[in-house]
Amino acid sequence: MTRVFVPKDVVALALGADRIARKISELGAARGATVEIVRNGSRGMFFLEPMIEVETPSGRIAYGPVSASDVASLFDANFLNGGAHALRIGKAEEHPYLAKQTRLTFARCGITDPLSLQDYEALDGWRGLSRALAIGPTAIIAEVTQSGLRGRGGAGFPTGIKWKTVADCAGDRKYVVCNADEGDSGTFADRMVLEGDPFMLIEGMAICAVAIGAKKGYVYCRSEYPHGAKTFNEALRLAREAGWLGNNIKGSGFSFDIELRMGAGAYVCGEETALLESLEGKRGIVRAKPPLPAHKGLFQQPTVVNNVLSFAAAPFILAEGGAAYASFGMGRSRGTMPLQIAGNVRYGGLFETAFGLTLGEIVEEIGGGTLSARPVRAVQCGGPLGAYFPKALFDTPFDYEAFAAKDGLIGHGGLVVFDDTVDMAEMARFAMEFCAIESCGKCTPCRIGSTRGQETIERLMKGENIAGNLTLLEDLCQTMKFGSLCALGGFAPYPVTSALRHFPEDFQPHMAAAAE
Amino acid sequence: MPKTPVFDEGRARQIIAEHLDLEGPLLPILHAFNEEFGFVSDSAVPLIADTLKLTRAEVHGVITFYHDFRREPCGRHVLKICRAEACQSLGSEAIARGALAELGVTWHGTTKDGEISVEPVYCLGLCASGPSALLDDLPIGRFDKAKLTEAIGEVSAA
Repeated sequence: MTRVFVPKDVVALALGADRIARKISELGAARGATVEIVRNGSRGMFFLEPMIEVETPSGRIAYGPVSASDVASLFDANFLNGGAHALRIGKAEEHPYLAKQTRLTFARCGITDPLSLQDYEALDGWRGLSRALAIGPTAIIAEVTQSGLRGRGGAGFPTGIKWKTVADCAGDRKYVVCNADEGDSGTFADRMVLEGDPFMLIEGMAICAVAIGAKKGYVYCRSEYPHGAKTFNEALRLAREAGWLGNNIKGSGFSFDIELRMGAGAYVCGEETALLESLEGKRGIVRAKPPLPAHKGLFQQPTVVNNVLSFAAAPFILAEGGAAYASFGMGRSRGTMPLQIAGNVRYGGLFETAFGLTLGEIVEEIGGGTLSARPVRAVQCGGPLGAYFPKALFDTPFDYEAFAAKDGLIGHGGLVVFDDTVDMAEMARFAMEFCAIESCGKCTPCRIGSTRGQETIERLMKGENIAGNLTLLEDLCQTMKFGSLCALGGFAPYPVTSALRHFPEDFQPHMAAAAE
Repeated sequence: MPKTPVFDEGRARQIIAEHLDLEGPLLPILHAFNEEFGFVSDSAVPLIADTLKLTRAEVHGVITFYHDFRREPCGRHVLKICRAEACQSLGSEAIARGALAELGVTWHGTTKDGEISVEPVYCLGLCASGPSALLDDLPIGRFDKAKLTEAIGEVSAA
């Protein structure tokens, strides 16, 4: 019996993994080979997907990118014993892309069957929660605080302080809410956790529940992730059956359960207070702060709202200690960040590393430049509300403060690469259009400003009153930045002003627009 | 593909009843309607409002806030094409225009034979293998005209 790993991460599926799995089964049977197909998560080297791995006595040998039409030749090359083939990569972990990473959060992803409790336990699963149950709330919060972990959703708020605030609130009805509304273009790390290592998220949320004294948790997952939701729901069921969720977890006397809820296509629900409104069954309208969700969150009860990656870091921190996590990183950005290298890029994928690499190293050296083989012109960092960085800023280290100093943000760690064919005025226009489509409508700067911004950029593209419209646009961006209630309207100016500052040559009359 | 293509009040009441144990059940109910009927009929609004002790305006407000909840029946299959930045960096807009022309629809439109509705989506999390699309539950990476034709053939045959 030979085990062959064929990922079921949605990237692999999108590139034909199911067909490959079927073909391997068919041809295996036809050729008298006994093959067991394991559907693992992705290792995150998307440029090699679908990447299959074969378990041999000398380790797991990877082949990729495989297509269904390669399967016959793989059998001919005796791939079940790691035979030579044009697509043979060798051991995945020895591939430079993986060898250069520091995988703390994504240590298991792509290696295990995401729904195998045995696999999870064999690779350090539940060690963090077991220790958390043993040491209790105060010591858990001390570890998380010492780790220096900051909210990985984008805001970078210290996780330990958030947990302590909720732990200190009176009342026995508290909630743990996981923000899996990963709407930023260029990001997919949360999705990979849901699809590739769901027990880690369950464990992280349970650790938080012990720390704050919550009995109920919700994961709010965007509806654009149906595959992740399906896997996560199944993981919840398995964890419950195994006694890691539900009443009296592993005889500790502590009870906690998690429910998965689906969003409904509203980007703004990634903002934590809009998310809470949505969970309550309302329109996803942003709440004014204060009160903070930590004091009055879901159903007005004390609530921790954290991103998937923040919870996912907790099992490592509890198992290995906060100091171990904090030993990675730079300045006030401690630990590792799963970078997501995306867009027009040659080696796109997930790259978990300590903070501090420069943007240029990430895009040029790790990402290998553009897929189109044309020069890189701009990189949008931190999602649709993040700034566009030109090559002149490629020496900026990947760190919360360093990016902020250059009027940018690292957000959720997504980087979208564009080549020299990009029209930056069009990207600025799109940023405003997107904000207009997704604005919840509560505050005027965002609701009206985004539409007026889109119109103003369209006028610029037509060559109308360029000086006046540029002044107007700058003014509008200031109003949105400082007058909006949440990050949607507040950050939408980042892509616009960065495009204006770094690529002013694009804000000239556009032939097509001017001709209209 | 909707399980029940026509709105049915009995089934609607049953769906609502199945969700009453949940905290904040409105979104799960609306998702269940979308899945069962392919859309949330206006006839469902008073049923939901009465049971959850909300006003019709509140229920209407929630339905219309979220992009996912359709108020009209859709095609037998739904094609979602990503229009976000990562896909744009690989020329997704031109490919999308081609796909819409090929199908003879505009965004949110349904083909004349009622087979396919096309909707924009802002990110499917396939940002390193774009341009991306989702046809029902079938994700498509490196999306182009040939892959679209192939995928449509696949779901239509199923």
